[in-house]
Amino acid sequence: MRETKLFAYVDKGTFVHRLSGLTKLVCFLLLTLATMFTFDIRVLGAMVVLSIAIAIISKLPFKRYRAFIAYILVFLLFNFCLNFLLAPDYGENLFGTRHELIVFTEFYTLTLEEIFYQLCKGVKFLVILPLGLLFFYTIHPSELASSLNGVKVPYKVCTVFSLALRYFPDIQRDYTNINLAQQARGIDTSKKAPLKNRILSFTKVLIPLVFSTLDRVDLISNAMELRGYGKDKTRTWYSFRKLERNDYIAIGVCILVFIFVLVMRFVVVKDLFWNPFI
Amino acid sequence: MREPIIEFKDLTFRYDAQKNPTLKHIDLTINRGEKVLIVGLSGSGKSTLGNCLNGLIPFTYHGEMSGSIKIKGKETRESSIAELSKMIGTVLQDADGQFVGLNVGEDIAFALENDNVELDKMHKAVDEVAKLVDMQDYIEHSPMELSGGQKQRVALAGVLVDDVDILLFDEPLANLDPATGKTAIELIDDLQKKTDKTVIIIEHRLEDVLWRHVDRIVLIRDGEIILDDDPDKVLASDILLESGIREPLYVSAAKFAGVKITPDMHPSDIKRFTLSEDDKKKIFDWAKTHIETPVDDREILLKGEDLRFSYDGKKTIIDGVSFEVKKGEMFAIIGKNGAGKSTLSKLLVGFEKEESGKIYLEGRDIKDDTIYERGKEIGLVLQNPNQMICNTMIFDEVAYGLRNAHIDEDEIKERVEETLKICGLYEMRNWPISALSYGQKKRVTIASILVMRPKIIVLDEPTAGQDYRHYTEIMEFLEKLNNDGQTIIMITHDMHLMLEYCDRCFTLVDGKIYFEGRPSKALVDKEVTEKANLKMTSLYDLANIVKMDPDDFTQSYINAERSMRHAGN
Repeated sequence: MRETKLFAYVDKGTFVHRLSGLTKLVCFLLLTLATMFTFDIRVLGAMVVLSIAIAIISKLPFKRYRAFIAYILVFLLFNFCLNFLLAPDYGENLFGTRHELIVFTEFYTLTLEEIFYQLCKGVKFLVILPLGLLFFYTIHPSELASSLNGVKVPYKVCTVFSLALRYFPDIQRDYTNINLAQQARGIDTSKKAPLKNRILSFTKVLIPLVFSTLDRVDLISNAMELRGYGKDKTRTWYSFRKLERNDYIAIGVCILVFIFVLVMRFVVVKDLFWNPFI
Repeated sequence: MREPIIEFKDLTFRYDAQKNPTLKHIDLTINRGEKVLIVGLSGSGKSTLGNCLNGLIPFTYHGEMSGSIKIKGKETRESSIAELSKMIGTVLQDADGQFVGLNVGEDIAFALENDNVELDKMHKAVDEVAKLVDMQDYIEHSPMELSGGQKQRVALAGVLVDDVDILLFDEPLANLDPATGKTAIELIDDLQKKTDKTVIIIEHRLEDVLWRHVDRIVLIRDGEIILDDDPDKVLASDILLESGIREPLYVSAAKFAGVKITPDMHPSDIKRFTLSEDDKKKIFDWAKTHIETPVDDREILLKGEDLRFSYDGKKTIIDGVSFEVKKGEMFAIIGKNGAGKSTLSKLLVGFEKEESGKIYLEGRDIKDDTIYERGKEIGLVLQNPNQMICNTMIFDEVAYGLRNAHIDEDEIKERVEETLKICGLYEMRNWPISALSYGQKKRVTIASILVMRPKIIVLDEPTAGQDYRHYTEIMEFLEKLNNDGQTIIMITHDMHLMLEYCDRCFTLVDGKIYFEGRPSKALVDKEVTEKANLKMTSLYDLANIVKMDPDDFTQSYINAERSMRHAGN
């Protein structure tokens, strides 16, 4: 059978890989949350440097995510164009000045303020993108559930994640088999068939998939119950890695970054944006 | 005096969805340290009995229960599944489905996790139990990297980690190849000797379980215990056969030959089975009259030439396979899990494309046929009928392939009805499929392929998980099709199936053909059986006892069996 791997987890043994899953989750949440609070380009710039630095330390294979990154950049460009079309004066209203760069009409004028505003937004993505990739690239699938439980997500919800990871390849394999078997009986799910037929054909693949999956669900829930699942309010996790010195350091650094961002936002600048124009 | 650990007293149970009780007035006592085999057909109530023990009844499957079941003196209905799971560990039939962890360690630890055991203790306990089932080197492995037998070991470890007193195995052999099944029975036996646990095995593959000693056999029929006795006494009687349970081959061979089996001959164990000189001669003479090697001069229908295939371009799954299937043949592809059987069948039906080599159907290279075109010539029946059925009514399901081909409705009706008649489903043509049993659903899927009039039908494990009666039903149906000229290829690791029904077989070992020829030859050849994870048939041992060539003897048995079956029809 063809091997299917949802997460391409490879233990590269870097500092980040060796951290507990809980640390990875907490740091990821802290840093993304911090990013949400501010549009201050100086702060965001520092965060970009930080997140790219971590990505390099953990040997994130940027090449593998090339298509994904390109997609995000195109999306950003598209977003910029759309913003400009609908509200080209948003930047000048925000910052209270108007430095004209290119004048198309009086309304459609590209200002320095508008570009600066868009830049602030774009940089945010540059912070979050490597962090997100990093999180899924360095967390071991079986650590995900225990980590979520570690940040107080109810354990039954966490189990759903880990079961989804466990059985996704099986269901994917079922789907392939069913799909092929139906094609052999004359269903055309290929692009050649008209859309209406394809949708109809698709339901014919879906029905057996749903029924065979329901069989599986029944079995799994029995198997879990027979081993005492769900009787207590809490449970422990075999794959949980206890926090060590490095974990506390990493979490500490992230908390400091988080506080720094809040201080910049609410004490120093007292505004969402840092305004270089006044 | 041994201490009873399980006591059923006048237990009757009826599922809410059913009219009649599934278990009726069960009285059964099992003592501490005993090893009990529970046999019965599907639907006889044997699995229900197991579910009464582990608490799925009455806590998950609801129904009306009267009488009493006590485990270690405690009434189960006053307990809970969680509490019962500390006394009785259940190993389910489907070792893959019940593997809930992402790797071996996690799965073994599952019960401990639910008990809030702290991490260090948990890891230590898991390591110890893993060693007990010989899986200590696989702690980090994911289920996808394990074989069926290994998954079962993990499942066993997962209940042993709780230090239960009773081990309950629900059809432990159903998904294992013969050699792995044999190892599983040995493992259960060794474990019981080491730990003195009470063991209950629910299984209909009697001969395979009897590979190691059991203390008692309990036979269930229609929800009642009709026999509860020493294995030797059980085998000496004819009650198993009457109840649709298959006897060990050497026992039925002796019975065919007219030997009267008595308990003191130790019929439950081939190693201790004693026959008088007179009986030996009887068997020898009987076998002599049935020797006759079938000749086969039929023309070649399907031909594979040096087929090669790999999924990832690195690991070769099919490695230079050449074969011929003759017109009208019943042909078996055998081999252990992962040997490439399923992959080969996918090449045949065009689900995957060979990297090199050629497949000829009636001399025509079929490389460029689409899946659909190929499907009309070589139809594949998947193992699980639920994976094929996509309509709600039987007629529509069978007509489905024809409707996709836009054949006019009159002709469809004619062909579907004809097929339904062949498959014994005509009376039910207007039924919803949901009303059918598993075996009947299987027949619907076969009908839905047959209606396309393919030259060859390929069946993936047609009898997996079926008891002897349903198995016989499916196989006799296929045999009938075969006698009408239908060419059938089966992928199986059921030895009885290929021995009794197939003309020829080949065994795949690591993607290569290791043996090709008559099944009777394969199953008496030590090297072939070892390489293909098969088991030597017990007829081999009996042949040695009566001093006859094992291949001839096995062939005689098959011939005798077939002629009796045909006489019976």
